[in-house]
Amino acid sequence: MAVKDYIRERFLPHIWCPGCGHGTVMSGLIRAVEQLGINKNDMVMVSGIGCSARISGYLDFHTLHTIHGRALAFATGVKLSKPDLNCIVPMGDGDALAIGGNHFIHAARRNIDITAIVMNNRIYGMTGGQFSPLSGIGVNATTAPYLNIDNAFDVVKLAKAAGATFVARTTTYHAKQITDLIMQAITHKGFSVVEILSQCPTHFGRKNKEGSAVDMMKRYREITTPIGSKKKKENPDLIERGIFVQENNPEYCIEYDKIIKKAMKG
Amino acid sequence: MEKKKLKQHAINREWCKGCGICVEFCPKKVIELDRKEKVIVVYPEKCIACKLCELRCPDLAIEIETE
Repeated sequence: MAVKDYIRERFLPHIWCPGCGHGTVMSGLIRAVEQLGINKNDMVMVSGIGCSARISGYLDFHTLHTIHGRALAFATGVKLSKPDLNCIVPMGDGDALAIGGNHFIHAARRNIDITAIVMNNRIYGMTGGQFSPLSGIGVNATTAPYLNIDNAFDVVKLAKAAGATFVARTTTYHAKQITDLIMQAITHKGFSVVEILSQCPTHFGRKNKEGSAVDMMKRYREITTPIGSKKKKENPDLIERGIFVQENNPEYCIEYDKIIKKAMKG
Repeated sequence: MEKKKLKQHAINREWCKGCGICVEFCPKKVIELDRKEKVIVVYPEKCIACKLCELRCPDLAIEIETE
């Protein structure tokens, strides 16, 4: 295993807090690329702003660190000009669904061949623990000292409804599944969304009395279950993990090429 | 598949932030945190090279080298 071949060692140790799940996601992502045997020069990573977006600085791919929420818009441009590159967009929950909510649904609607990884820690970590559209009711945050009353998005349902053709979910506790799902998402032709529940012990954990990073990971083990399991029927509150959608629909870059050919004929 | 045998735990102490995730989830309790809250290998002979510490480590600080 040569994880180090894929990182810019001069920038490590990384800036993430002790126990932050984003490091586990990065590790899983590197292993996925390594197992697929993709040359790092064929990878492009586009990220926005936030803790999660810092990942693009650490990986030795072609990387762009762009503006808040607009990573998918930049990625769409990159992908259309160089369709042969494998495009990965790591996003936080706020970056993906608050600031970048519109870009998210439209990238899904176009079914452009991009892999979006939503690292969901249910809070804005970098700016000091404000609630995000994935925090959900009853969460304590800097901007919700009397507990949050906003409903949360369900990333899986949203992505599915918007037209994403590969939608999956896992957690940082299930580290092997991270690699497995990202591998499948990269190979899938079309817009892929992988939601990974990732602990933020510094802000979310502390404010919501969820304990240390270890406690939060144990909680992921307890509150999640594989899709369609018996446990889910007994306890509908459990969060399902696995692949929810995997279908083949026309991919945007291929359709765009057809338009170019048609126009050139005329 | 043939079982892999441990050669050594390659630990990068400069990258380890002492979160304790590897220690808690090691099925054989091979590793611990030392006084400086960095991971150390205490019982290497018990290691089954399952790599769960390596996979979960958020700091990319552990690598299991096998023979």
